[in-house]
Amino acid sequence: MVPCNWYMWLSAIVFCIGMFGFITRRNIIIMLLSIEIMFNGVNISLVALSHYLEDLAGQVLVFFIIAVAAAEAAIGLALVILLFRNKETITVDDLNELKG
Amino acid sequence: MINQVFFFYFSAVIVATSVMAITRRSVMHGVLYMLLLFFHIAGLYLFLNAEFISAVQIIVYAGAIMVLFLFVIMLLNLRDDIKKRQFIATWPMGLLVSSGILMIILMAMLTIKTGTQGQWGIAQIERLTHTVAIGTVMYTQYLFPFEVASLVLLVAIIGAMVLAKKRIK
Repeated sequence: MVPCNWYMWLSAIVFCIGMFGFITRRNIIIMLLSIEIMFNGVNISLVALSHYLEDLAGQVLVFFIIAVAAAEAAIGLALVILLFRNKETITVDDLNELKG
Repeated sequence: MINQVFFFYFSAVIVATSVMAITRRSVMHGVLYMLLLFFHIAGLYLFLNAEFISAVQIIVYAGAIMVLFLFVIMLLNLRDDIKKRQFIATWPMGLLVSSGILMIILMAMLTIKTGTQGQWGIAQIERLTHTVAIGTVMYTQYLFPFEVASLVLLVAIIGAMVLAKKRIK
């Protein structure tokens, strides 16, 4: 039997990989992908705890997280299209109009 | 024993593909690695007796969200962006911050105390089947959050259409 802690460690590692991607990449689509990786890291932990504590609330929460992730991806990608239409780039360092 | 071998396989592939997904220069390669990552996470869910969540993971994440990403990448012309530097100049600082937070989370996990056991043991889920069990919880105890989630999805549909449509003068 696999102990619950292993799933929690895996979840923490995946979350931190996603966070590293979010704060270091300059491409906005990869930043959105990193957010999805972070969501998945949290989901692993929730499903594992739901299984080991014998309570289904964690899996219901995962269902809601997936719904919110879908909404977030749709809005985020619409913003990316809008950004590309106006600026011809999706590199965040080039989008510095407010910088004085 | 066989459980642990499968767990190590799945976790190794999950970590490797998530590292590959965020370090590739081409966005398309990143998305394809993400697809592999989602399938392996679905396998891990099957391993935790969550069949319904596993199916939703494949249908919604691999089937819908990743296809949305692929469509957007194909809509945009990214030839100039791919030639640019992909990481910020101070990326070692990002590595330091994220590994520091990883250390903090792992230290916090050493002192974790789990709560009391719930009433949905494996025998009861097996008797009802997993989908019936999760539906029972979702449509009684969590009915209001379910309605709010449907509202969030409605806002996302309308918002995405309003944002991405061409302005007609």
